[in-house]
Amino acid sequence: METLGHLAHGFSVAFTPVNLLWCLLGTTLGTAIGVLPGLGPALTIALLLPITYQVAPEASFILFAGIYYGAMYGGSTTSILLNTPGESATIVTALEGNRMARSGRGGAALATSAIGSFVAGTIGTMGVAFLAPVVVKFALAFGPAEYFSLMVLAFITVSAVLGSSSVRGLTSLFAGFVIGMIGVDLQTGQPRFTFGTNELLDGVDVIIAAVGLFAVGETLYMASRRYAGKDEIVPLKGSLYMTAAEWGRSWKPWLRGAAIGFPIGAMPAGGAEIPTFLSYAIEKKLSKHKEEFGTVGAIEGVAGPEAANNASAAGVLVPMLTLGLPTSATAAIMLSAFQSYGINPGPLLLTTQGDLVWGLIASLFIANVILVILNLPLIGLWVRLLKIPAPQLYAGILVFATVGTYGISQSPIDLVILYLLGAAGFLMRRFDFPTAPVIIGMILGPLAETQFRRAMTISNGDWSVFYTHKLSLTLLTLAFIGLAGPHIWAFIEHRRRRGPEHVPGDA
Amino acid sequence: MLNRRRFLMSTAAVGAGLMTSHLSPAFAEGAPQIQLFVPAAPGGGWDQTARTIDQVLRSEKLISGSQITNVGGAGGTVGLPQFISQWTGKGNSLMVAGMVMVGAIIANKAANNLTQVTPIARLTGEFEALVVPAESPFKTAADFVAALKADPTKVPVAGGSAGGSDHILFGLIAKTVGVPATNLSYVPFAGGGEALSALLGNQVAAGISGFGEFSEQVKAGALRLLAISADKRQDGIDAPTLKEAGIDVELFNWRGVFAPPGISDADKAAMVTMIETMAKSDAWATECKNRNWTPILLTGDDYAKFLTEDTARITAILKDLGLA
Repeated sequence: METLGHLAHGFSVAFTPVNLLWCLLGTTLGTAIGVLPGLGPALTIALLLPITYQVAPEASFILFAGIYYGAMYGGSTTSILLNTPGESATIVTALEGNRMARSGRGGAALATSAIGSFVAGTIGTMGVAFLAPVVVKFALAFGPAEYFSLMVLAFITVSAVLGSSSVRGLTSLFAGFVIGMIGVDLQTGQPRFTFGTNELLDGVDVIIAAVGLFAVGETLYMASRRYAGKDEIVPLKGSLYMTAAEWGRSWKPWLRGAAIGFPIGAMPAGGAEIPTFLSYAIEKKLSKHKEEFGTVGAIEGVAGPEAANNASAAGVLVPMLTLGLPTSATAAIMLSAFQSYGINPGPLLLTTQGDLVWGLIASLFIANVILVILNLPLIGLWVRLLKIPAPQLYAGILVFATVGTYGISQSPIDLVILYLLGAAGFLMRRFDFPTAPVIIGMILGPLAETQFRRAMTISNGDWSVFYTHKLSLTLLTLAFIGLAGPHIWAFIEHRRRRGPEHVPGDA
Repeated sequence: MLNRRRFLMSTAAVGAGLMTSHLSPAFAEGAPQIQLFVPAAPGGGWDQTARTIDQVLRSEKLISGSQITNVGGAGGTVGLPQFISQWTGKGNSLMVAGMVMVGAIIANKAANNLTQVTPIARLTGEFEALVVPAESPFKTAADFVAALKADPTKVPVAGGSAGGSDHILFGLIAKTVGVPATNLSYVPFAGGGEALSALLGNQVAAGISGFGEFSEQVKAGALRLLAISADKRQDGIDAPTLKEAGIDVELFNWRGVFAPPGISDADKAAMVTMIETMAKSDAWATECKNRNWTPILLTGDDYAKFLTEDTARITAILKDLGLA
């Protein structure tokens, strides 16, 4: 009840006309930068930091929170329409979302992601307001051993995107591992696979890889097929928004996505990508329309990951506001904004800066409402992009991908990487290798490696940490069930149907 | 693209400023324009230093405006070659860099180094802190050292990236107390937040990082501060320096400014004077206090001498750690 009182007070801070304007400005700006690949919320907030010298702390945090949430909404738009993810957390959205857009359901994909973001964002923000102290305790119980086991669990996702041939899928996955390994090894400080190039010391940005493999690869493939007259884009089929059936297929993934995204987002090394992977894998397993995955696009595969990504964005705020722990680039910059005001973010933040924190939380609720109102009418406009004739549309995608990539760090080397990966994406498409496992390998491979080596350093080389820690054992067991479960189940079903007497060698 | 985006951003910022009608005072007439080069992405320590320099120089009317360019990557070793080759002779330009770049140049075996630019001033430093979780059996730095001497592999210590200032301090401590650096169990984390959560979750025995990263947790009683790496006791901090605790090590993760190569002596002298005036202003002192930066001003030739010594010290310890 005490929390409700605080929250009511928070709303009284956020509901002043000036602060509402800041919120509107932030969400609009956030949506815009979310749409542009390369310009993320962290960079935008960093560039806007000087305004902390000019305005009250409440106002700047409401602005920053709006940008942060807005970017999460905007990021999905280009993933769905152009197959060009703007943020790493929306890479998974592109898998099904872009298929849907091509088969005339782009409006529904955008709607389910906007409404799912709203639902999950609101649930996540409620989690921040009411559950933060509990969730943070759970999150801190995660050490390197537990994270490694979580990564193992997340690898199950790969089985959902392998495509028709496991050998090809696993080849893609291992290619992803190798690309992910490029750069300075965090554990030893030694460069790997950089071939003496300074620019490669920081590794290959996963967004550049996704844009290269998905958007550039796809464009090259389309160009090569131009006169074959296949793979037409259907701008719009049926209603612009979601049909009743699509609502029915979306609401459960939204809730499941939020339930996965929030706690993982709250973990210091959880991030936003892993929950989107897990959500995608779960939705594919549970869906009654498996045949739509990877063909015409399944709405569950958009609804779940989008909800997971927004809930995890809310989760990130839990350690930031309760402990002063920045667990993402954006949170780190928001914390440095606290310091510009002479406020030291830490475990005492809630008690010493109650007004500010509760005002911020209240403004997150408001930002969510503004964002859904802002984004739903835009769908009609966005979908019109798909009516652009294919040659011009693909040329536009190429320009957009190039400019966005250059924007990430203004490095010409990044453009070389983009087009090399684009060429690789074209060849993979041509010879039927799935590209999604490359991205999963790039993200999960280095994370799993780092956590594994950390766990082994701490335990002094003792393997037992992975199964003596209860949480870690639980996660590994879940991973085992997820991988072997369907096969065991199929085997049992098989036996039951045929009857035990038909099984050879059965005693 | 950069300029256009920055233009859009500043338009947004100005628009934002207008909404509250708190526009900054008119620029001083006749004051110069300067260029600030940050070899890191926006938001980090160097970037904040650059933006604070810009802010204070403007408010002290020492400049009429500045333009900040970020070229991030690999501890500054991506930006440095650009600053050396493309900014030569530009007397109105400054690059922000620090101890992290010295370490990165050595560890990455970079082709360029800081002897190729013109040292102007060392501005700030952050001393490091050695902390343990509240439940830890180590009550003092001596307890920690005793455990380290007994078996260094049983004392996992969390900190920032391998070869960074935290790792360097751990190596220096071990070397001073006679523990071979190669036996240390150092667990590098990408950011302060992750290292902190490993400490709060009791995953590691101790942690080393900038004092600012830990100060609030220490205040709240979640972490115990064993020692700090400053040169002398600090007001309001209830912990000995490493020297007082019997470990003869002092370390500041310092940040400073450099001019490009090939600038005239007059330009260099003017730049030193301007930065000195800024660093002695009240506005600068307030910013340093807010951000937990210790002002450790050192200019011109003294700074150059310090740079040579520090480079030698860091090279030696990185060699011991097997990173150079």
